[in-house]
Amino acid sequence: MDVGLDGAVPRPRVADRARAGRTVRAGRGLSVRVEGRTVTVCVVLLALLAAVVAVSLTTGDYPISVPDVLRTLAGRGDRAEEFIVTGLRLPRVVTGLLVGVALGVAGAVFQLVTRNPLGSPDVIGFTSGAVTGALVVLLVLQLGGWSVSFGALAGGGLTAVLVHLLSRRGGVQGYRLILVGIGASAVLQAVNSYLLTRARVEDAQGAQLWIAGSLNGRGWEQAAPLGAGLVLLLPVLLVAGRSLTLLDLGDDAARALGLDVGRTRGLVLVLATALTALAAMAAGPIAFVALAAPQIARRLTGAVGAGLVAAGLTGALMLLVSDLAAQRVFAPTQLPVGVVTGAVGGLYLAWLLVSQWRRGRG
Amino acid sequence: MPTSTTPRSAGPAPGPAPGRPASRPPDRRRRVHRPTALAVALALLLVAVLASLAVGSREIPLGSVLDALRGSGGDPQDVLVVRELRVPRTLVGLAVGTALGLSGALMQALTRNPLADPGLLGVNAGAAAAMVTAVGVLGLTSRLQLVWAAVAGAAVVSVLVYLLGATGRGGATPVRLALAGTAISAALHAYVSGTVLLDTRTFDRFRFWQVGTLAGQDLSVVGQLLPFFVVGTALGLSQARPLNALALGADSGRALGAHVGRTRVLTALAVTLLCGAATAAAGPIAFVGLAVPHLVRALTGPDQRWVLSLSCVAAPALLLLGDVLGRVVVRPGELEVSIVAAVLGAPVLIALVRRRRLAQL
Repeated sequence: MDVGLDGAVPRPRVADRARAGRTVRAGRGLSVRVEGRTVTVCVVLLALLAAVVAVSLTTGDYPISVPDVLRTLAGRGDRAEEFIVTGLRLPRVVTGLLVGVALGVAGAVFQLVTRNPLGSPDVIGFTSGAVTGALVVLLVLQLGGWSVSFGALAGGGLTAVLVHLLSRRGGVQGYRLILVGIGASAVLQAVNSYLLTRARVEDAQGAQLWIAGSLNGRGWEQAAPLGAGLVLLLPVLLVAGRSLTLLDLGDDAARALGLDVGRTRGLVLVLATALTALAAMAAGPIAFVALAAPQIARRLTGAVGAGLVAAGLTGALMLLVSDLAAQRVFAPTQLPVGVVTGAVGGLYLAWLLVSQWRRGRG
Repeated sequence: MPTSTTPRSAGPAPGPAPGRPASRPPDRRRRVHRPTALAVALALLLVAVLASLAVGSREIPLGSVLDALRGSGGDPQDVLVVRELRVPRTLVGLAVGTALGLSGALMQALTRNPLADPGLLGVNAGAAAAMVTAVGVLGLTSRLQLVWAAVAGAAVVSVLVYLLGATGRGGATPVRLALAGTAISAALHAYVSGTVLLDTRTFDRFRFWQVGTLAGQDLSVVGQLLPFFVVGTALGLSQARPLNALALGADSGRALGAHVGRTRVLTALAVTLLCGAATAAAGPIAFVGLAVPHLVRALTGPDQRWVLSLSCVAAPALLLLGDVLGRVVVRPGELEVSIVAAVLGAPVLIALVRRRRLAQL
């Protein structure tokens, strides 16, 4: 069940394992290993996130100073500031933050479960299915708004369920799951190409805009269901993080340690797919965050195991930085954020990889 | 990194204990006689070629097709269709199919990653970025100009990816190549989608280019790209044995006398030549290069000599059959081959994956 040779992730050497930090216990059976470097990285990520949020709320066509923003958030700003901060900028930032967290965590789960550094929710065909659903609504039924989100959810959900069922044979096996996912994605991408080439060019370009994924005009009504979903799903996944760390040791080792491998895998995949679905409903199928964020986080923390928190924070940072760039770099043209995530994430990941390899690690 | 005890062990059953005696028990997992599989694939390819020459939106009786090929008279319109449209299209299908199948099999053998498609080195992203730049920025329009733009883009980007992957000690390991290729491809795709979203004219050209097709080919394109196809195929097939030696990882490969670095460089070069030429000739055709090696491996087991050679035959057969079907399904219109090939091949892949114990990478 080995899917990428030579270490899909930098394997810790025995000497590093001794580095693993303290165990924090909270009653019986609940304990978390805390590593110093992981904590440091997460704190730095949080500080950077706060900075990006501050920049997003204060700058733009109508600059507002930080104290004024804080006053407005406390409900004592004037009408114009109130509208700009709490009506436009804050919901957009919050949506971006939540989407980024969801994608980062979902990507980390998929990479652990498939034990493949190229693993992401796209592997099980969810994304292609979501695009198909949305294109059918946009180009065939000629509808817009929420119906697109529901089309995407229906398409992606059906695909994920189908792939899951087709790849079941004595529990979900990573390798078989990947191959069935490849097959399903291929058919759906063929359908997507067909729909895009048979539509009027204006319609097709509009659809392409949705496919890229965007935070333009996103508000509380998109942020609310996503936030609720995260509140429900994240704790479960974080608790499952320990089992995920065992999965990372390989099936046989995990089984020897008493883990029901097939069931655990199935459960966390369902939860991670649900996160992806919520993110896609809020902002469209944003590319590359789910693939790159866990890889970047892993290289920053050097941690053993799941690292879901760091992956989520990295995803959020990637998305907010990309959205700032998407809004400001080509202003007044507003690029969809999904176009920029690939550029920002891809270039950063490339730089990070090279600098690490130069230093002779991973 | 724990490695599976045998390259063929799969599934929940624990693999055989390591260090089992050298006298291997008969391999009961391979239920296919490999020479038979190759013969069947060749027969299928022959049928596909004949169908590609004989079937199309214009109905021409088989006798007239053969007459046209021999150049002995007949309806001039029929002769024109067969010789000017169907022959080039069939040749392009053969070359592109072989290139895609072989480069996919090589890529998977090199990276040992089932998600590795031939475009992983950034070839497709480079070709697409060059194409968008050529149309949107430089205003090029002729087919041949775009073909060379795509070749140049593919070459530049794959060299860049390889250099990135080879930085530092340890050289270009498969995982490094995969990650570097993914990162660079993502950045380039961002550039491509940004460009086509800002410019409707380029978008219109690009949306048709990005659905790979064998239609509208002329022999000059094939002729110009032929050296790439020939050298890439020869180079790729010559790496079968060294890749077999690397099947258990770099260290075992070295112990078996393989030159790890050389094998990686030559394999990557073959993939770039093949995949770049295929993308330049027909546009990006997904799935064929990714799935055919998996299909083949499910039949032959992990021996690269068989996987590579059978992929060379099975992929063009699938591509040509897909192309022929695409011509007749929605008459008088056509479906692009990349669409039909995916719809044809995917159910077969899924069925095989479900039925068999898999020969893993």
